Amino acid sequence: MEYKNVLTTCIYCGCGCGLYLEVLDGEIVGVIPAKEHPVNQGRLCIKGWNAADFVYHPDRLKTPLIRKDGELVEATWDEALSLVAERLGAIKAESGPNSLAFLSSAKCTNEENYLMQKFARAVIGTNNVDHCARL
Amino acid sequence: MIEEIRAHVAEKLQELDGVVGLRQTAEGTAPYLFRQGDDLSQLVLHPRYPLSPIVSLLQKRYPEARFGIVARGCDARALVEMAKREQVDPDRLYLLGVACTAEEAEECHCADPAPDPAPWPQAEVIGAPAEGASPNPIVAEYEGMSLEERRAFWRQQFLKCIKCYGCRNICPECFCESCALEDEVWVERGLLAPPFPMFHLIRAMHMSGRCVACRQCELTCPAHIPLTVLYDLIRRDVGNLLGYVPGADIEAAPPLSLTLDEAPLLVETIPH
Repeated sequence: MEYKNVLTTCIYCGCGCGLYLEVLDGEIVGVIPAKEHPVNQGRLCIKGWNAADFVYHPDRLKTPLIRKDGELVEATWDEALSLVAERLGAIKAESGPNSLAFLSSAKCTNEENYLMQKFARAVIGTNNVDHCARL
Repeated sequence: MIEEIRAHVAEKLQELDGVVGLRQTAEGTAPYLFRQGDDLSQLVLHPRYPLSPIVSLLQKRYPEARFGIVARGCDARALVEMAKREQVDPDRLYLLGVACTAEEAEECHCADPAPDPAPWPQAEVIGAPAEGASPNPIVAEYEGMSLEERRAFWRQQFLKCIKCYGCRNICPECFCESCALEDEVWVERGLLAPPFPMFHLIRAMHMSGRCVACRQCELTCPAHIPLTVLYDLIRRDVGNLLGYVPGADIEAAPPLSLTLDEAPLLVETIPH
């Protein structure tokens, strides 16, 4: 028997509102806005209030999928990352680095977004970097 | 006072399955179920979060268990209304009431800042009850307005609404499985601000006989709509017209669950 609240940051936009995930016996059962958080001060928008809904959603992807013969097939992370690296390398070699673009996400941390643009600019060699908040 | 509360909780944890209160850690302060062996120096009283829904959640998950709650006046009143609607079982609840200070009462414009132990089989209250504070000054201002001015006041306030549903989500008395505010019959989808004045008046009507003036809706409103003004006025009308004070008497039946001749209202007969 355990009920606790775990502080986290809303994943839906760049504001970074603080929210608690209510956890009952290891399962998320609700969201509570963090009153002491400097950004949102106990308030949330509709996305924040529903920020945990995807966690147990049946449509949530839990493994990478690779399209093989027109069908999406479950794959391991090693397999998926190797394929992506191989294809990015091949496209860059054939068509140049500016044939590629990198779309980052407000759902990631600052550090992850930094890594994404660093990868685009320093490894691939393109300034084609954008993010989901402009979609 | 906090030391006295911690000592009471420590003692009660020897017989209860847990006590719901606020826990302060390096992360911040949030509701928590204290269990035997937990560090009670982490038990605090600020900032206020609604705690009664957590008691309800735990009692439903553990139908045999007995829980305590460190409750302010508003938590205790919320529990009374929840008990009437079978969301809380008073026999499996220990209420450790905490009287708010005069400053806290003032901050909330709270008329009733101390928990009443009377409705509960097991309860005690720590701290001297402070005087009730005067109502939100906006209520008096509002009462000086003409009907047109009142309409303009609410139109301006509700135009700010971003339809986050936070007022409903945080409310200890909002526990319906299906909500009229999510029903397209009543609330057209995709409109911002939501239809005036229906969206807020549906909720206001549903809160009549329920709102215990905990002020959580107003505190969580990102648009700073003075919701407690609306609910204060509704509480006053329900009190004057129907003689009902939400959260006061655990035996009194809520007026909206009765027919006009005060017979119980059959839920099946209510059009959704």
